[in-house]
Amino acid sequence: MRRFIDRASRYVVLLAASISFLILFAIAFFIIARGLPAIQEIGLVEFVTGTVWRPGQGQYGILPMIVGSVAATFGSLILAIPMGLGCAILLAEIAGRRARRFLRPVVELLVGIPSVVYGLVGMVLLVPLVRNLGGNGYSVLAASIVLMAMILPTITSISEDAIRAVPRAYREASLAMGATQWQTIRHVLLPAARSGIGASIVLGMGRAVGETMAMIMVIGNSIKFPTSPLDSARTLTGNIALEINYASGLHEDALFATGIILLVFIIILNTISFFALRRSRAQNIA
Amino acid sequence: MKLIEVTNRDNGPASNATKIKVRGLNLYYGVFQALRDINLDIIEKSITAIIGPSGCGKSSFLRVFNRMNDLIPSAKTEGMIELDGESIYARGCDVVELRKRVGMVFQKPNPFPMSVFDNVAFGPRRHGNHNKSELEEIVERSLIRAALWDETKDKLHQSALSLSGGQQQRLCIARVLAVQPEVILMDEPCSALDPIATMKIEDLMRNLAQEYTIVIVTHNMQQAARVSDRTAFFFMSEDRAGILVEEGPTTEIFTNPKDKRTEDYVTGRFG
Amino acid sequence: MPRISPKTSERLAKILLWGAGFLTVLILAAIVIYVLVNGVSEINWEFLTTPPIGGLSGEGGISTIIVTTVYLILITIFILTPVGIGAAIYLSEYAQDNILTNFIRYAVETLAGVPSIIYGLFGYALFVSALYLGHSLIAGALTLVCLLLPTMIRTTEEALRAVPQEYREASLALGATRWQTIWHVALPAALPGIATAIILSTGRVIEETACLYVTLGGSAAMPRSILSGGRTLALHVYYLAMDTMAFDKAMATAAVLIIIIVIINLFTNWLSQRFRSAYTAMEEGRP
Repeated sequence: MRRFIDRASRYVVLLAASISFLILFAIAFFIIARGLPAIQEIGLVEFVTGTVWRPGQGQYGILPMIVGSVAATFGSLILAIPMGLGCAILLAEIAGRRARRFLRPVVELLVGIPSVVYGLVGMVLLVPLVRNLGGNGYSVLAASIVLMAMILPTITSISEDAIRAVPRAYREASLAMGATQWQTIRHVLLPAARSGIGASIVLGMGRAVGETMAMIMVIGNSIKFPTSPLDSARTLTGNIALEINYASGLHEDALFATGIILLVFIIILNTISFFALRRSRAQNIA
Repeated sequence: MKLIEVTNRDNGPASNATKIKVRGLNLYYGVFQALRDINLDIIEKSITAIIGPSGCGKSSFLRVFNRMNDLIPSAKTEGMIELDGESIYARGCDVVELRKRVGMVFQKPNPFPMSVFDNVAFGPRRHGNHNKSELEEIVERSLIRAALWDETKDKLHQSALSLSGGQQQRLCIARVLAVQPEVILMDEPCSALDPIATMKIEDLMRNLAQEYTIVIVTHNMQQAARVSDRTAFFFMSEDRAGILVEEGPTTEIFTNPKDKRTEDYVTGRFG
Repeated sequence: MPRISPKTSERLAKILLWGAGFLTVLILAAIVIYVLVNGVSEINWEFLTTPPIGGLSGEGGISTIIVTTVYLILITIFILTPVGIGAAIYLSEYAQDNILTNFIRYAVETLAGVPSIIYGLFGYALFVSALYLGHSLIAGALTLVCLLLPTMIRTTEEALRAVPQEYREASLALGATRWQTIWHVALPAALPGIATAIILSTGRVIEETACLYVTLGGSAAMPRSILSGGRTLALHVYYLAMDTMAFDKAMATAAVLIIIIVIINLFTNWLSQRFRSAYTAMEEGRP
């Protein structure tokens, strides 16, 4: 009996594992199966470089959305990299125990705040402020600022881990030579932790590209090329969410095709960060 | 009674001037007392070896001289430690300046993951020297002084991590020399090395002792006997605090120790 | 260019670093305080216990929304936990370290980074359309299971791996089978970690919007079965802000959300601290 349970349990957990992996493939399968025919029908080049998205007239170009996603992501990175890296250094090297005890839960809580709450506060608080600069306030700039707060924790916590993982010996050697603490951070710790820091930025980028609801709420969603940070735009994610519930036929498939493009972005970013993190771990063992 | 052979040297300490003077030193980690009432003079341009059983506070003692214990928040130092007659724990003392004057070589070779050149140039650069030709000169001089130039002159721009363990340790010594310190602290510098690499480092130490004041912690009594001019024997008191039992010329300590505990230790009865 | 002295740059750098930390605290404080100040005044017993008036009216409370959210949490966790723990046990206790396992690990890691809306698309294609479940609680829950599975597997696997190998060896040496060892030794030791994973998943169900927006529908009515559609708190905030422009009610609902999230965070912190102190006690207990 004991032996039977032992044997059976093995297959039960194997089943659970298989279900999980099946889901992984199912996701890729369903999205590709629905989206690929649309790309074939529209033509990949036309789809990716087309500048007009008018499903009613059979025009499916997602370049404005690609530009919108890239612009919002890029803007958020410009803001979040110095902030996040600064917090990471502060937490790993400078702050005392008390300050750390306070700051770390703050960063954790930023992860936990729902995306719609970011969107809501963005709409009510940030958009009117941006409106003072010009435009109607629903803009790439507002989106970048909201995204910055959302990806800040990713960059902070992964970079902090990377800095912390730099062997003590490097730190001591540098300080023992009369380097100041900042010189040690700048010239020894940051270079040694660069793979991990790079991974944190790429992961943050992935989060920014994938964010949906908060973007819909503050970026304005108009399908056009943003020419300034104060312009409104639409993201790839927003395009899917806004239209899927009423789309049908080729229009619906074109949204799945938008998903493929998004997925390609994400897989590239994740692969980079996966290998960067692995490299950073290997470095610190050596 | 068989005692360890002490190398006879004609060129003993060049002078008898005191470089570092320690009086009434107590070191605490939180409530734990690591060192109790240490009094010791480190003689200029000589090698002082610190020996004793493990856990008796040898390394902690060494880290008093360049204030590396400051990195441990709970560490507290009491007493007088003077470098050239100036207290290094005084309020006005600049730790960064102190560490330029008092260099340190660690137990495990710890070159930075950079090129050989950048490792040696690290200190001078941090202290404001960015002149390329000057740096080249400093790097060459330091590597020659550390007896590493011949082996590395063709791979200055390769990663320091590609060097062998013994070469890495000599690189760390070169890196310290590039800062032009007055005192060099060595914390069991050969414990991670093979006998041949150890021998090279020991030769190097003898050589450096003509210009620098060297303090070395070692668990290897033969090494202390081979290289040092003076030896200090540390021991653990009953409450595990480290104490200095006896200090004197190396020959004395190994052939004619005054204290029973020293005698037991150097003859290998325990430790 | 005159070089700044090391002392000055040290001081400058520290000011900037503390500035970054301070700004982060300020951002969080601004969001939390703004939402609470503007939302809490709306929250009262009536708000929590009356259903919202549907359509484009922003009036009414959130009772049906709370019920939907709780149902969705229960269904999701009920499916997620056995599958996730099972897969984690397989990975940490049975799987050999080979290319396949490495690939699986990479896949799990990648899926953890796939955006919610992609899961939404998948759930829409499979559960809503292909399986004819429509926009419903079960479609939403199954989509969430897919979304949360990678994190659940990873966290549980880490908790299992943190259990010292000596425990397993001791158990096996006493003649226990592999499964008995897992069930009676490894799993109990990893329980706090697994509990944290479940609570974090609960938090994610509460926070999630994008994937539910396309699978759960937007009905504000009381759900009658797992085939009814509905709105979670987070979705309700979205509808109130975007469709109805009822910002006061949106703030109040957001305040409820923030309060729940803060409680969950405090709870997981407490749990992981206990977990950690239990471990250090164990480590110190050893000679």
